Formats: sequence, C-alpha cells, structure tokens
Amino acid sequence: MTAALLQVDDLHVRFPISGGGLLGKGRRMLHAVNGISFSLAKGECLSIVGESGCGKSTTALSILGLQEPTEGMIRYRGQPLAGPGAPGRMQRAKAVQMVFQDPYASLNPRQSVRTSLAAPLRLHGVTAASEIADRIEAMLANVGLTTEHANRYPHEFSGGQRQRIGIARALILEPEIVVLDEPVSALDVSIRAQIINLLLDLQEKLGLSYLMISHDLSVVEHMSDRVLVMYFGQVVEEGGWREIFEAPAHPYTRRLIAAIPDPEKALNSPAQENNVAYPSSLKGRSFVSDGSATLDVFSAPPPSELIDIAPTHKVRVALPLAAETW
Amino acid sequence: MTAPLLDIRDLHLGVALGRSAHHPLLKGVTFQIMPGEAYGLVGESGSGKSVTSLAVMGLLKKPLAVSGGEILFKGQSLLALPKRQMRRLRGNRIAMIFQEPMTALNPLSTVGRQIAEMFVLHQGKSWGEAQKLAVEALRNVRVPHPDRRAKNYPHQMSGGLRQRVMIAMALACNPDLLIADEPTTALDVTVQAEVLRLIKELCAERGTAVLFISHDLGVIASICQRVGVMYAGCLVEENETRALFDTPRHDYTRGLLGALPRLGSRSQHGRQRLIDIDSIIADRSKLTETRFIAPRGAEGSKP
Repeated sequence: MTAALLQVDDLHVRFPISGGGLLGKGRRMLHAVNGISFSLAKGECLSIVGESGCGKSTTALSILGLQEPTEGMIRYRGQPLAGPGAPGRMQRAKAVQMVFQDPYASLNPRQSVRTSLAAPLRLHGVTAASEIADRIEAMLANVGLTTEHANRYPHEFSGGQRQRIGIARALILEPEIVVLDEPVSALDVSIRAQIINLLLDLQEKLGLSYLMISHDLSVVEHMSDRVLVMYFGQVVEEGGWREIFEAPAHPYTRRLIAAIPDPEKALNSPAQENNVAYPSSLKGRSFVSDGSATLDVFSAPPPSELIDIAPTHKVRVALPLAAETW
Repeated sequence: MTAPLLDIRDLHLGVALGRSAHHPLLKGVTFQIMPGEAYGLVGESGSGKSVTSLAVMGLLKKPLAVSGGEILFKGQSLLALPKRQMRRLRGNRIAMIFQEPMTALNPLSTVGRQIAEMFVLHQGKSWGEAQKLAVEALRNVRVPHPDRRAKNYPHQMSGGLRQRVMIAMALACNPDLLIADEPTTALDVTVQAEVLRLIKELCAERGTAVLFISHDLGVIASICQRVGVMYAGCLVEENETRALFDTPRHDYTRGLLGALPRLGSRSQHGRQRLIDIDSIIADRSKLTETRFIAPRGAEGSKP
C-alpha cells in the first residue's frame, strides 16, 4: 500500500452554542464532527456524502485550515496540517486548495480573471511577469479557456465558464489535494457533464487527489474511488465505490441511495429498496443510527464501533452491550 | 374525450424593452393538462419553464408580458379574466408551491394562521373553524403533532416541514391544478423523496392535476405521466414519461439524458464519459426549429 497523502485521525470539531450561564457554565456544545478518521492516497478521489448538518463541510474546512479542530490530527505527507506544529497559511495553500459550489460568490467581481489568478502566484514568490503570464495561459488552457478570457471579469462568463475559472484558481499553485465542495450542484445539467468530465481529465493529467463533498450520489458514484458516508458527525460506512453502491451495508447508506430520484428506478422498479441481504459478518449486530432516529447533536453519540466487513469496507454498528436494549 | 383542464395555446411572452422593442422568452408554447394528470416541464435555467407557470398564475410583473396566445383553464380564458376574478381563482382552484418555502411563507405569522387564512378567504369560514381545519390540513401532510406545530412560526421549522406547510396551504381548498415549481430542489435527498411521495399521493387521492417544473429528470420521472422538454422558450419534445426516457427523439432531450451520470451505470458499463450537449449539437440556435410532439395516446410512437 502506498503511503497516504492525507491522513486524518480521530478528528473532532465542537462548537459552543450561545446560552448557558455566566463564564460559559453549562454552555452546550454542538458536536459537528465526532471522531472521523480517513486517509487519502495520491491520485484518488474520496467522496464524503451525507445530508446537511452531518459534518461533511466542517471536515473539509478543517483540512483547509479554515476551522481549527477541537481534537485529532490531520497530517499531510506525515506533517501536521492543523494544531501545534502546523505550517502557516502559505505552505498549506500549496498543499490543499478548494473549488467552491458557487463560483460567482467565490470570485471577486472587481478583479479580472488575470488578476485573480496572478495574486496567489505573486504571493508565493513568482514575480517575473513573463512566468506569471505563461502559467496563467497554461492553466486556462487546462480548464478549457483561452488567454483572451483572462482580461474579462466574472460577470462576463456563463456559469460553466465561471466554474472553470474557479477550478483554474484552485489549481494555479499546483496543489496535490483539491477539496471539491459540491462542485457541480449549482450548475445546469448540460454544464454539469462538462465540468465532471473536466475534473476527471485534470485528475488524470495532473495526478490530483480529490476530496469531494457532495449529496448528489449519482455524481459521487461516477467520480469516486472511495466513499465515506457521514451521519451526525460520524462515519457510518466507508468503502470502495463498488462496495458502497452495490452492497451498501448500513441502513442509512441504503436509505440515501434509495432516495436518489433516478429515472430508471422510478420507471422500472419503484420499491426494491432494501432487498439486498445484510452481510453475514453483521449477524447479531445492530445499528445505532438507523436513519430514522434523530440523534442529539449536543451530546456524545451512543457507543458504537466501525468494524471491517471486507478488507476495504467498514460499517458502524452499536457496541454489543447497547445492542441488547434494541 | 374529456376536455383539458389547462390548455395553453401558442403562448408568446417576452420582456418589453422600451416602446417597441421586445425580447421574446416564450416563442409559442402549446400543451394541455388533463384533469388529474401530472405533467412535467423539464429544462435548464432560462428555458422558460418558470415564466410559463407564472403566466398561468397571472403573476407576471412588468416588464414581463404575454404578447400572444391563449391560456384556458376549464375552457375559460385566464388572460382575459379581470384581476378580481383571477384572485378568486388563485389559491382556490389553481395553487402553487415554490422552491424556497422560507420566502413564500410570512415570517411574522404562525403557520396555522397562514393555512387558516385560505379557508377564511376562499371558503368563507370563521377564524375559529378555519384554525381547526388548518390543524387537519397539517395532519393530512403528515406533520407530526399538528396541533402544536400549527402554533409555530416558519423559522421554527425545518426545510422539509416548511415545504409540507406549503403543500398543506396549496391543497387546503382542494384545487383542480397544483403548480409545483422546483419544490424539492432546496431539500436534502431523503427529505426530497418524502415530499415527492407526499405530493404524488395527495394529488392522486384528490384527483388534483399537477404541473411539475424541475430541471431534475429523475424527479420528473418519479411523479409525472407526461413530460414536456423546454429549451430556449420552446417546447422541443413532449411525450409520455416512459416513451420520452426510452426513445428520446430530439437531439436536446438525448443530450440532456446522456449528460447525467446514472446510478448503477458505472458498475454495469464502467465509467463512461458524460455526453457534452454542445458536442452533439453543433448549432444550438437550430435546436428549437425541430419539434417532436407525440399525439396523445400514441405510446412509444415511431421517430
């Protein structure tokens, strides 16, 4: 096995909720992320899926250094990326970059594309005008735009072109890891296909590693190598894309997949949701979060563990003790 | 043959630019919805699906204006109807649910009162009676603890619950036609599935016809019997849902279907490159010239 490019160990993020007494006494904490561990290999696309509020974006922000983890370790090539001993913003920017959901909101409307793309280069010590021009031209070509586009402003572009600029800006510093936060969900269907194709091409060409945050499972299935399913701040299932989509083991994963509005499914077989038998290795175990119960985000989650049901396939089950009460 | 409930004939609509200039948004849209039928309009942003629904509701604001054609509801022309009568129809016989319930609901009034208002305005009930009916309406859309929830303000509810409130309001007076404009786009997938099921069941129960607008072909397929595909202000193809998905005939429909990653297709066929609509359609301006409208009842008709 190759060494992981990014290694996240037991990541916790808790937010204090306003209220509680003086001096923060009795102040409640919101557990956004509850002990997440995963690794990302070079050239891999790992997707985190789950519904709003499950902690997937908080996890991504922690990796980008935009959210300080409460506990846990994030390592990039063995070096800590957050917490004590972490590098500054400048080093981190060369390692991890992000493509946002809404390219219009994430581009400065007063800066031409050239200015937007040149700024990070200048900050990182590329000062020769010719080199900046060359790199911008090469990057625009990579994302399917031309040099002529560089002098335009964000409002002069269509949604798809803007997302191309968003991708160009994320890639201009040549990071190894790109966090994709719902990269296509704000785009029209026909544009979506173009951007998905572009992202896959770039991944292959530049050897990028993607960490994709999404709730669109058909896009996730198309793009990912591995998938993490999050529910209330915890990973409930982890596996290769085939394992997650062909043999989902956790009831919540099954529910998510069954909920995707898919024309094929709607027209042919309306209700064959959970007819796949649970793997035999899960016999006698029960699930803490069966997807219908609402967990309390303010207290620690009920005791559970991630168990291996195949070499690369993990699923979260209740601890045997708790199982008896079900 | 029964008469259509909604009959849109050669509808032209545009933005008025100054005295004589006119920018067309709908270039002759024609379709019918039968009583109790669920009809889907699918298309990308700017294709004209939402303005079509606003025209039916009589909610077009300047500079948008209908410049030609006819909208008939139960044989009655909606375009010729005086404002006062249109107001009586709207919410009562034709109701609408929107994409973002938070902007459609009044933040200063409890949801119970907002639903009750429908009964007071359209059915002449007293407020006391209407409040009871409102709780009943919430129960019908499967809101848990409807009596308590009726006292909630919109911000105290989740997105899924708010959309249920919108549905309760829309269906309060048993309308003949429900217009749903991207009602589940802002919701999580699992909530979306529940809300779709709810709309489908309630409308089937009551025989309410639905005009369902969405950009999501999967959502459309799960709810509608017939689908119209819109592109650049034109209906480019219309067919029974199954026939449209099985044998799309217009280049644009084919492109739209191929542009989506389909669940399960990767495990069956491996990862295939998604179709780029622009690559199969050399000239988008020619797109709207060819139209395929299948005659009613002609299932799986030949191309």
